[in-house]
Amino acid sequence: MPSALINVPKKAKRGDVIEIKTLMSHIMETGYRHTASGDVVPRDIITSFTCRFNGTEVFRADLYPAIAANPFITFFTTVTESGKFEFEWIGDKGFSETAQASITVE
Amino acid sequence: MANSDHTTRRTFLGLTGGAAVLVIVRPADATPAMLQAAIRNVVGEANVRAGKVKLDIPPLVENGNTVPMTVSVTSPMTADEYVKSIHVFNEKNPQPNIGNFHLGPRAGRAQVSTRIRLADSQKVTAIARLSDDTFWSATADVVVTLAACTEEAI
Repeated sequence: MPSALINVPKKAKRGDVIEIKTLMSHIMETGYRHTASGDVVPRDIITSFTCRFNGTEVFRADLYPAIAANPFITFFTTVTESGKFEFEWIGDKGFSETAQASITVE
Repeated sequence: MANSDHTTRRTFLGLTGGAAVLVIVRPADATPAMLQAAIRNVVGEANVRAGKVKLDIPPLVENGNTVPMTVSVTSPMTADEYVKSIHVFNEKNPQPNIGNFHLGPRAGRAQVSTRIRLADSQKVTAIARLSDDTFWSATADVVVTLAACTEEAI
């Protein structure tokens, strides 16, 4: 069962730059490994991560097999109003997960 | 004594032979040519200058499966002058790309962190694209004792 861990401050002052930490549990199988019998283990990775704030994209990442398992990504954003962050991970084999976090701006 | 020397040499030859076979069965690594192609793919014909970018990565890592990495770029991050994107590449993994991170003026601070895999001791390069479409880079050497990506799955 995929699960996301999101760390967003609950409150911030208008104009603050906040740090957002995200982690999605995922094997990130590279497609370069072999089983003991010599078969290639098919690639199964998250290829795209997007963060939107009140519907506007604020951060996006393209991921490759060189990103470690359970992709952990941290980035910064400026908050100007209260609202909701939406996070989306898309990957191989139809992988698609979302998460949300709200922030109150004073 | 001569006999034990002989055994040592035989063992040594056996080991080197084994190592050679290992090298042959490994998948094709990203060569510097592939790295150059991957970088050209992002920057086009633009000139990439060293500076402005800071790449924080441990110089010596025990486990290449998870290597913490932080890229930060010196930029005021205003509406007129900001970092558009950060691209991270490696020299010797099976693929030259590690990740692309798209930012904008509202990021406030041009800094991203993640954890990466390194299949070998190698150079890691981070390139930033600024709002004026200039490219800046930083490169770090990393020594890896346990390689990632290509080990046998259970």
